[in-house]
Amino acid sequence: MNKNVLLYAAILIFGLAAPFLFPAFKVQLSILCVLIVLATTWNIQGGEMGYNTFGNILFYGLGMYLCASVQVGMFFPLAEWTESGGEKTFVHTPSQFFQGMAAGLVVAAIIPTIIAGLIGYAILGLRGHYFAICTLGLGVAAGEISGGIEIIGAGQGFTTPPFPNVGGLEARGEFFYFLSFGALVLTFLAVRAIYSTRFKLILNAIRDNEDKAEAMGIETMKYKIIGWMVSAFFCGLAGGIMGGLVGYIDSTDVAFDGREMGVFMVLMAILGGKGTLWGPIIGATVFHIFKEGFWTFFLGWQYVALGVLIVIIVIYFPEGIMGWLREKYPERFGEVVDEADRKAQVELK
Amino acid sequence: MDFMVFQYPMITVQACLDGLLLGILFALIAYGMALQWGVMNIINIAQGDLVILGGYIAYFMYLYGIHPAWGVIVSPFIMYFIGVGIYKLVINKVVDRDLFISILATFGISILFMQLMNFAFGADVVLANSGYGTTMLFDNNVTLPNSKIFSAFVSIVFAICLVIYMKKSKLGRAIRATAQNARAAKILGVDTEKVYAATFGINAALCGVAGALISITFTIHPYMGLPYTIRSFMIVIVAGLGNLPGVAMSGMGLGVFEEFADYILGTEFRIGSVFLLLVLILVYRRFKLSRKREYLK
Repeated sequence: MNKNVLLYAAILIFGLAAPFLFPAFKVQLSILCVLIVLATTWNIQGGEMGYNTFGNILFYGLGMYLCASVQVGMFFPLAEWTESGGEKTFVHTPSQFFQGMAAGLVVAAIIPTIIAGLIGYAILGLRGHYFAICTLGLGVAAGEISGGIEIIGAGQGFTTPPFPNVGGLEARGEFFYFLSFGALVLTFLAVRAIYSTRFKLILNAIRDNEDKAEAMGIETMKYKIIGWMVSAFFCGLAGGIMGGLVGYIDSTDVAFDGREMGVFMVLMAILGGKGTLWGPIIGATVFHIFKEGFWTFFLGWQYVALGVLIVIIVIYFPEGIMGWLREKYPERFGEVVDEADRKAQVELK
Repeated sequence: MDFMVFQYPMITVQACLDGLLLGILFALIAYGMALQWGVMNIINIAQGDLVILGGYIAYFMYLYGIHPAWGVIVSPFIMYFIGVGIYKLVINKVVDRDLFISILATFGISILFMQLMNFAFGADVVLANSGYGTTMLFDNNVTLPNSKIFSAFVSIVFAICLVIYMKKSKLGRAIRATAQNARAAKILGVDTEKVYAATFGINAALCGVAGALISITFTIHPYMGLPYTIRSFMIVIVAGLGNLPGVAMSGMGLGVFEEFADYILGTEFRIGSVFLLLVLILVYRRFKLSRKREYLK
């Protein structure tokens, strides 16, 4: 236990010091934090509950639009803001910006949670691939529909309020880094707390055999909806932060980007190892490094590389990095290994 | 919102005719989906991208001065081999695995194809002009491009040929046997690996035909694949596997729905309404099934 505390402290200190150690990578580090949040929350569904969703992008995009809309709408008429597009006819004062951001993030986290609760009963009754395709449809439908709504910018996009002119150029990066790092710490603590309760065992029971779990007297639907709501909360929060960080929201390319972010979160969780606490975090980090490498060195070919990467990960590493480590060093994971039994199994293979 | 479609009966007729002819094409793609889903138990997200690729083959011929209608013959041949190639490289490793793995793997293929087509053919919306002209009906109130009639006719011919092939030929029987019970088929001497490869190839060939027809009648674009996948998935879950009349009917129904959604909600919500309809159908299905389960209680 003592070792864990030291590890957490080291990571926390590194996280707090990172923007000052690597000042050139502040935006990248913030995006990494958001990616980890998304992968970790996807893991609640896909890893622990066995419900492979492509639909968490819905909450992410909703959070993005909601945060920006609240931030603008609190002080200025929203329709005129989106009408003016990139030209800054309205300017937020610093206090307006931060108040708007705070209120926007709260709304961005709460509303998707409520929506998840409302649609959960209908959607989570689907099983297996029907659930996967249905959530894929949800994400794309949300993107297409929001691309037709005038008040949030329709096809031309929505420019989020620019960062106020305080503290020089560095302040923006630091502000968004600490915001996303805060969200990451919050998510990690919440998920860790959840994973140490009976709730996690119930989710695992649903994954392993839902009918049996129901027969044992667990109200599976209730727990599935709660699990989805937890995901939606953090996805919305991450979306709100990402909207401010990117500075521009487009319906299909930034917010409801099922083809990129929607698949990324699945991939990161699988790459790291589904159903583990640290898997999505490791997976997101490795994936982000890979992705940035692709984007830098194979510019133009990045989607080709991404497609190949997806196929390779899915076919050859379905267990992920944590699964591989577990296979290799089972003792570290607190598993007692019977050497003779293991040898016999290897021979059987 | 625009309800002009109900005030002028001719627009209604136009929408219905367009929808029916479009729906036959959807049904052809969906039949391929039903085939591979039934036989190999995988869901191919790259289905729509195979369609678009088939369309680009026809368009490519058109660029080189060959009439694009020949694409209907050429494209399935090329697509068959592309399909078998995809099977050998990727699909045969995911056939026995979890369905979600196949969804993700084909999602990867879909992204790959999308981008490769974007490089090869550019990101413009293109169409291969067949020069078939249009037919005017009802005092010139309803316009019907001849290419749409041609495409519907060709799809029906291909569907009938395929059904006869599946019924009569040796490979067709092997495919049906594998769909019923892969293990039993294997015991009785069917080379299931070959059957799977052929099934995926036939599916790709069907997509090739549909794509060539789409490039003649509508437009193609590298990123337009996913809606076709979703449409065919929707048709298959409404009609069920291995129910060809059902597939044709629900395909045409979907086509008519789309045309009306286009008129009433506006073109910008067309794709959105398709995806929303998918969600609604799945949710409806879920409540229907759960009611059935309650009877059992």
